[in-house]
Amino acid sequence: MNAKLKETILNPLFSVNPITVLVLGICSALAVTVELKGALVMALSVTIVTALSCLVLSLLRNSIPNRVRIIIQLVVVSMLVILVDQILKAYAYQIDTQLSVYIGLIITNCIVMGRIEAFALANKPIPSFLDGLFNGIGYGMILIVLAIFRELFGSGTLLGFRIIPQAFYDAGYVNNGLVILPPMALILIGCVIWIQRGVQKELQED
Amino acid sequence: MDYISLFVKSIFVDNMIFAYFLGMCSYLAVSKNVKTAAGLGVAVIFVLLVTLPINYLLNKYVLAEDGIFGVDLSFLTFIVFIAVIAAAVQIVEMVVERYAPSLYSALGIYLPLIAVNCAIMGGSLFMQNREFASCGEATVYALGSGVGWFIAIVALAAIREKLQYSNVPKPLRGIGITFITVGLMAMAFMTFMGITL
Repeated sequence: MNAKLKETILNPLFSVNPITVLVLGICSALAVTVELKGALVMALSVTIVTALSCLVLSLLRNSIPNRVRIIIQLVVVSMLVILVDQILKAYAYQIDTQLSVYIGLIITNCIVMGRIEAFALANKPIPSFLDGLFNGIGYGMILIVLAIFRELFGSGTLLGFRIIPQAFYDAGYVNNGLVILPPMALILIGCVIWIQRGVQKELQED
Repeated sequence: MDYISLFVKSIFVDNMIFAYFLGMCSYLAVSKNVKTAAGLGVAVIFVLLVTLPINYLLNKYVLAEDGIFGVDLSFLTFIVFIAVIAAAVQIVEMVVERYAPSLYSALGIYLPLIAVNCAIMGGSLFMQNREFASCGEATVYALGSGVGWFIAIVALAAIREKLQYSNVPKPLRGIGITFITVGLMAMAFMTFMGITL
């Protein structure tokens, strides 16, 4: 049991990371990583939604008829997403408008549906909750790495604070405008995968 | 003229994949050969065309504050949209199965999977965000975004078919090089930015 629990916790972080290995939930990972703040909020929202929806659906797993399970999953997930969205609207309106449609798109985020289908519907509530939680964290981890890189090199700031000193700019340093544009997000995630598969050779495809 | 401009803009400038990364999961998973990619692309165009006008009308006449209930129901947006999409996909699936069995077998598993494709939900949410003036505009936007998605997936599938014969560094093989390819394609599409008709 203990080894299994450890696997549930560690696998989503590295060897079965939802973004770099399973390639799920890419849309939001690419779109919200222009700034670290947005990425942090998005990572937190996805983690909460994934963990709680795994918990709820795992509790319901014996009473859901197989044929209508997708609709029930969608209802539970969208209810949680509506809660997250309303809370963000109330307490962090600016971030909510900045993330625009991508908060709503957590509903169709493949990580949430994927973990429910693959894990929560066949396991007890506590392991399902942990599985959802750590998949969310594994997703958030990649988001934060991408966002740090993109914000630092794209605008010279982190969380809005200036990191690259003014003296650099005076000496002729220029922000890399390409990093904050969509194409670079794709290329950067390709590079993250490249590095990970260079280290963990068992993940390489042939 | 407005319609044509909106159509071209939603294909090239606001391309679902290259500008907003919508529907990325199925885009990467199903782009291994051109035939299935084209099938999925057609299915996406089809479902977008069905769901966007319905969601537009619901958003305008039911959810909005001056709609039939007279209260602001916009907090229900997500659940209403996803319900419409799931129902529409189910109906489309049944209709296609009944009247076009050959198309049905060509689309196979991808048709039901479209219910959880972010491109469809994203289309509806962008429609709500941009406050289109009429149902016609929403429909044109749906068609444009669908065609844009279709072009993107067919192009990537064609490139990946050729990529099989090239010598890619080992850790990049498969999904890694695909991401970089899509990034370069997105860069090419950026040249359309700022285009107006």
